[in-house]
Amino acid sequence: MGYIGEIFVMAMTAIFIQNFVLARFLGLCPYLGVSKKLDSAFGMGMAVIFVMTLASAFAYLIQNYLLKPLGLDYLQTISFILTIAALVQFVEMVIQKNAPALYKSLGVYLPLITTNCAVLGVAILNTKAYRATDPTLAYNFLDSVLNGFFSGVGFTVVLLAMAGIRERLEFAEIPKSMKGMPIGLILAGIMALAFYGFMGFKI
Amino acid sequence: MIILPAMISILEASPSMINTLGAPIMVIGGLGLLFGVILAIASKVFEVKVDPRVEQISEALPGANCGACGMPGCAGYADAIVHGGEAVNKCAPGGAALAAKIAEIMGTVAGSTEQKIAVIHCTSGGTNNTKWKYAYQGIETCKAAVNIADGPNACSWGCVGYNDCERSCVFGAISIDEHGMRCIDPDKCTACGACVKACPRKLIDLVPINKTVYIKCSSKDKGPIAKQACGSTHPCIACGICAKNCPVNAITIEQNLAVIDYTKCINCGLCATKCPTKAILDLLAGCRKKAEIIAENCIGCALCAKNCPVKAISGELKQLHTIDSNLCIGCEVCVSKCRKQAIKMV
Repeated sequence: MGYIGEIFVMAMTAIFIQNFVLARFLGLCPYLGVSKKLDSAFGMGMAVIFVMTLASAFAYLIQNYLLKPLGLDYLQTISFILTIAALVQFVEMVIQKNAPALYKSLGVYLPLITTNCAVLGVAILNTKAYRATDPTLAYNFLDSVLNGFFSGVGFTVVLLAMAGIRERLEFAEIPKSMKGMPIGLILAGIMALAFYGFMGFKI
Repeated sequence: MIILPAMISILEASPSMINTLGAPIMVIGGLGLLFGVILAIASKVFEVKVDPRVEQISEALPGANCGACGMPGCAGYADAIVHGGEAVNKCAPGGAALAAKIAEIMGTVAGSTEQKIAVIHCTSGGTNNTKWKYAYQGIETCKAAVNIADGPNACSWGCVGYNDCERSCVFGAISIDEHGMRCIDPDKCTACGACVKACPRKLIDLVPINKTVYIKCSSKDKGPIAKQACGSTHPCIACGICAKNCPVNAITIEQNLAVIDYTKCINCGLCATKCPTKAILDLLAGCRKKAEIIAENCIGCALCAKNCPVKAISGELKQLHTIDSNLCIGCEVCVSKCRKQAIKMV
């Protein structure tokens, strides 16, 4: 299996088998909060993909060229949060100036995910991940960035699925006390069970 | 003050500690400083020019972020006015004065705004005027309470009294009196509609501020059931007497409930005097003026007598009419009907 195969395995793992929301249970807040409408879910998904990819890249650089040489691995969390927050702020400014249309569609969601646990999660997990084909080889820069991107895609996939179902739920006859968040949580549970079925897959 | 010298002495005693602490402090501090400088520069380099009118309007708006305009907060509304072509008179708290001010900033003319006030259409919900089905011990919000077996109060349309409306009011216009009843302060109420949205029983409605007669019940149950369930003994039993007596046909019975059409209502208060269960509140009751005929103008056309809803005017055709002030309810129907301006209110 060449590098393309490696990427395929990574994508399948990040999207289905180790999905950030339904298998790792990270990023549940936006998953339940922004899944009421399909278009806002799409905007959120795009923002998460964007930030996760960038955060993976910068976290890799910080980890391997700053923390590791100095033996400061225990500062990982705080320095990652700092980096991601600053990065998101910076990117937001750049987008606002150079791409107002993109800013309008992402704008509201970008600051929301500054310190999202899924974003921090992907950065930290990347430092501990090994290649599927060669378990002795830790992720390199490209691996980390790709994994961040695919994790974001995985988040977007389940967020869109959830939003699609919840839009239909609006018209369903649900007992009064179950309307809104309760049925949303049950739905999330059922979806997590469904994704649990991917766990045993061997690619 | 004691800690600092102690720390310095520890650091002096063990130079290795400085080495251990130095690197992480330098790294995190350095990262923070670096990012801070980058962001500071970026905020200047990538500064986006905002339309100055947006800022001006934002400053003029009350800043309560009540959402009455339908936008997510005051800043959103200011942006929508400038860029989205939104109407300038949508801010309920600001009223006509603010609409004029925004119109001046935008260089347009403000449309008219009708001032309204929130009215709770229920007389129940207090500590001693509510019938309970069971003792509710859950989360103390109306929203939670009404979800359990149709609410703890006997009337499934009435106020449960957990004050969601009071909490939703950002202007502090709703207060709770000693009997646990909610009172709306007409001076503070801006008709932003936050309480209308907060009430899970949909008891609150915005009524034009110059109207003084309210149906104080929202029960859509049939008469006997409403009467049984009501804790305050003032339910609307949908008898239709108000609708029959209304001189301008402003009241209709819809789904076992009387509803006033405020575009027709003339504030006469006749319905309130006729209602057998006193479910209609008339703020002007007892304060209305009485009609009096100006003798020199009256030509005896009997138009007023024909239109008087309480038969307080008597008199033959072509003769001077008289008004029984004991019967007159001050509805001013005769004043509007008289063609010779022969009736005045005193």
